[in-house]
Amino acid sequence: MSNAPDTVARRPVRLLIVDDSNIVRRRIERSQQFDDLQVVGTAANGFEALELARRTDPDLVTMDLTMPQMDGIECITQLVRLKPAVRILVISALADKATAVEAMERGANGFLDKPFTDRQLNEAIAELMY
Amino acid sequence: MLREEELKTFVDGTTRYFEVAAQQPATIGSPYLLEGEPAIHDYTGIINISGKREGVVYFTAPRAMLTVLLMKMQESDFSHDSMRDLVGEVANTISGNARRDFGHDFVISVPSVFAGDKPQIPQQPGARAFVIPIHWRSHSAKLVVSLT
Repeated sequence: MSNAPDTVARRPVRLLIVDDSNIVRRRIERSQQFDDLQVVGTAANGFEALELARRTDPDLVTMDLTMPQMDGIECITQLVRLKPAVRILVISALADKATAVEAMERGANGFLDKPFTDRQLNEAIAELMY
Repeated sequence: MLREEELKTFVDGTTRYFEVAAQQPATIGSPYLLEGEPAIHDYTGIINISGKREGVVYFTAPRAMLTVLLMKMQESDFSHDSMRDLVGEVANTISGNARRDFGHDFVISVPSVFAGDKPQIPQQPGARAFVIPIHWRSHSAKLVVSLT
């Protein structure tokens, strides 16, 4: 007879939020409604995001595109090299098709337009992670 | 000459922000032509446009409106930085809407944000500026579109 527990504790989904807007970062943090989702860091530009990704090993990154110092497209490119398994949800006001295609080609897995409702955010996260 | 559907893209980008972020739609007043000094409130987000059209689009709002908008978004930080942040996000949405509708015909800048009543707004010679009042709750902001 096995002594293994009946259930195996699942690691929480580790979320890194990347956006140069404090308002948007807080909004994402506040609006996500998943019990097993843990915010492991927030970054205001691509450089901060890469540094935090090294330290916190996120499973999911929400990524703005228009940011100072290093924009989201460049950050996605480097992030995918650093953490190939990470899932990336772009959250951006740049709603044109060419931008979305470029983000996907660099390694993003989903795209959510700004502004967004809580429901839209949670559906987009669920689609990528659950 | 600015076409009606072009103007509509900028207006829709503005009202969409209120409708989605604050879950309460804004209404627009009757557009008019700006004469004289730019119409400026406390915080202004400016987008420069080049390519098929040249000029500037800006959203300018009073602090009181932005404070209520932040409250509706469940924010508790009403600092100067938050106001700048918010007006920048509105301008970002206007910019994103324009990129989606106009494609590569228009080159649309990342918004810049100014506080105070004397921001440096670039004037395009020969461009007429249309002012569109944006009403939300008891407050009013302005969207100004000035393109050749």
